[in-house]
Amino acid sequence: MRSQHVWLPEPVRVLSRKQELETTWTLELEPGQSGKGGFLPGQFNMLYVFGVGEIPISFSGDPSQTERLVHTVRAVGPASSQLAASRPMATVGLRGPFGTGWPMAAAEGSDLLIIAGGLGLAPLRPAIYHVLNNRERYGRVVLLYGTRSPDDILFREQLEAWNRLSDFDVHITVDHAGSDWTGKVGVVPALVPTLAFDPEDTVAMVCGPEIMMRFTASALRDAGVDDESIYLSMERNMKCALGHCGHCQFGSNFVCKDGPVLSFDRLRGLLSLKEF
Amino acid sequence: MDDHGVSSVITLDGLQCLLDALARRGYQVVGPRVRDQAIVYDELARVEDLPVGWTDEQDGGHYRLKQRGDHALFGYAVGPHSWKRFLHPPRVGLWQATVVNEDRLHFEPVRDDAPRYAFVGVRACELAAIAIQDRVLMDDNHADPHYRSRREQAFLVALNCSEAGGTCFCDSMNTGPDVKTGYDLVLTELLEEESHGFLIQAGSDEGADILSELPGTPATGAHHRAAREVVERTRSNMGRSMPQTAIPALLMDNLEHPRWDDVAERCLSCANCTMVCPTCFCTTVEDTSDLEGVTAESSRRWDSCFNADFSYIHGGSVRNSTRSRYRQWMTHKLATWVDQFGTSGCVGCGRCITWCPVGIDITEEVRAIQGDSSQGEQT
Amino acid sequence: MKSIAQLVCEHPFFQGLNSEFCDLMCGCARNVRFNPGEYLFHQGEDADHLYLIRHGQVALELAVPGKSPVSFQTLHDGDVVGVSWVLPPYHWSSDARAMSLTRAIAMDAHCLRKKCDEDPALGYAVLKRLLPILTSRLNATQMQILDVYGAPEERQ
Repeated sequence: MRSQHVWLPEPVRVLSRKQELETTWTLELEPGQSGKGGFLPGQFNMLYVFGVGEIPISFSGDPSQTERLVHTVRAVGPASSQLAASRPMATVGLRGPFGTGWPMAAAEGSDLLIIAGGLGLAPLRPAIYHVLNNRERYGRVVLLYGTRSPDDILFREQLEAWNRLSDFDVHITVDHAGSDWTGKVGVVPALVPTLAFDPEDTVAMVCGPEIMMRFTASALRDAGVDDESIYLSMERNMKCALGHCGHCQFGSNFVCKDGPVLSFDRLRGLLSLKEF
Repeated sequence: MDDHGVSSVITLDGLQCLLDALARRGYQVVGPRVRDQAIVYDELARVEDLPVGWTDEQDGGHYRLKQRGDHALFGYAVGPHSWKRFLHPPRVGLWQATVVNEDRLHFEPVRDDAPRYAFVGVRACELAAIAIQDRVLMDDNHADPHYRSRREQAFLVALNCSEAGGTCFCDSMNTGPDVKTGYDLVLTELLEEESHGFLIQAGSDEGADILSELPGTPATGAHHRAAREVVERTRSNMGRSMPQTAIPALLMDNLEHPRWDDVAERCLSCANCTMVCPTCFCTTVEDTSDLEGVTAESSRRWDSCFNADFSYIHGGSVRNSTRSRYRQWMTHKLATWVDQFGTSGCVGCGRCITWCPVGIDITEEVRAIQGDSSQGEQT
Repeated sequence: MKSIAQLVCEHPFFQGLNSEFCDLMCGCARNVRFNPGEYLFHQGEDADHLYLIRHGQVALELAVPGKSPVSFQTLHDGDVVGVSWVLPPYHWSSDARAMSLTRAIAMDAHCLRKKCDEDPALGYAVLKRLLPILTSRLNATQMQILDVYGAPEERQ
């Protein structure tokens, strides 16, 4: 039935709403039929707000938990602002899951560099949950998280908890800070060369603003990581998530179905092109 | 050409019988008609509804109807319409959302009673375009239900071209002018001093069924020879040609070529090329709600990569300049399309050249980049 | 306990420098320590030292009127603090504050400049080590100016 109506959203209730940052909220939704089959870390749903429209929002929850769909939303446009303001018991429209995931299976046995910038930590959080749920399958795991200032650190308590784990390295850096900040100050790419890892046996997963990803990919390449082992989560305008509306094209890639997670060898050369 | 049985020769009366047979079978028959000084696709009941005796003069940014001086029914090239306006309509209602019990949403698909279309006079380039849109909108895990319902019911009466337009270049795209596959029936107009008829051949079982109902005479070797001469004459009259080179690599290796600046100075970013293109498939979604806030509707309409908000993400468009939009359109059409769908997105119909208000010629743009590149290689 | 010469020559900044040059510069070096909150230097003061951090964390800061100072970079074990000592008129361009107990090697700038001036080969070797630090700071500054995380990130 649903397969015939690829455009038709399913109504689901908002179960909870939690403020993360000044303009960022995490919503938990009923999974509906769409969410029953689970999702891959890195995938997204199209969420519809009544009368305003649909927007793609990445999963930010634990992929082993299917009773609730977790999405972290920053209120910036009309749809995301309304979505972020949704009260528990409100209904939203749901289509998904869509897109490719982080290379969790392919990365087994390797060291992982998980590099997030700003709200880019949200689409990477399911990958982190997956790694922690299956810790024995991965080598050394390092999370490098950069954001604007100490007040903009997403999932802060969780980051601190992860950092206390003996087998999970968490490095947080901010662009600028006041004197009460005792952590690192500086940009993410500058920290890449300071991390000890074997570039031959490392898979890097990067999500953040495009400029941050571009510089980070470049720092990873300089450190000797193969293009095929660097994965970025791309962002483009999306209307359908089906590969039909054409909006999300980036070169040959439809970001909605060939991505959002794409290996750097598919983006190389195009990422630095102006207005491509 | 096919293995669906015999070929016949029919007269104009036979053609009328075809239109009637299609209507009797419940098809909405659509074909070329003259309207507003252009040949467009519209409902068709009588042979006389066709653009009898008309032809078109086409060039970059130029389209004019002229009398031919004979009674040819299909003596012109393609006009501003393509069949995509029926298979992938400019606007389609997707679904309605209704608020029930104060806050619960209910989603209901908008009823989409697609007519069963019979297209009459589908040229080889247009069959190629339909085959391309099939790949885009049906050959996937997420087939578009609106396109699929129209497409699967459509009956295609194809046409071997007897006239090449001034902007035609199907021969160099290997899509025409002769029809090869993907049709139910195919016509070749045979117009001579003393006789006017059509060689008609079936390409499907349903086509063969209908053909068997038509009054006609068995086609002879002479008729087939005459039909081949028609398309060969058309082939030799192509107004344009696409350079025979590895175009995808040429364009992707020249993404910063100065020619993009050059074309950007001429391009008005008007989106005409994408509207008339028979393969351009991009759409946007519009959401509207009633004043009471009880129902909202989502609909889809054609969009264009030349529109400013096409590439909008949080606070700005990725492609602001005309240069970047033209580059996106042309590299998609001729290069990245091949990666995506295993075929070029261009069928050589020439519409984008004719209907460009400033006459930008996609074949000329390729040639310009190619010319500079090959000069570069020589030095 | 390691000699000052060993500490200087083993510091990442001088790693790979030939031992002759290294020995030459050791005469300019001494061990220093800064307690948390203590400033290594302030903006505008004479840049009379180059600091090689052995252990600790140092924040480069700018004073902002009416606000607490803003830190734009932190430096850690193995990093170098201060490049202004090589550029006339030799004034610090920011404050440097120890965030934790920091042990460092302070190289006297007058002494360093004199040795570099006298031996251009040494000077060149030192500059080659300083330039990457300058360019990476410049790159970082560019990214910070862009304020990449400040832009909204809605996919719409």
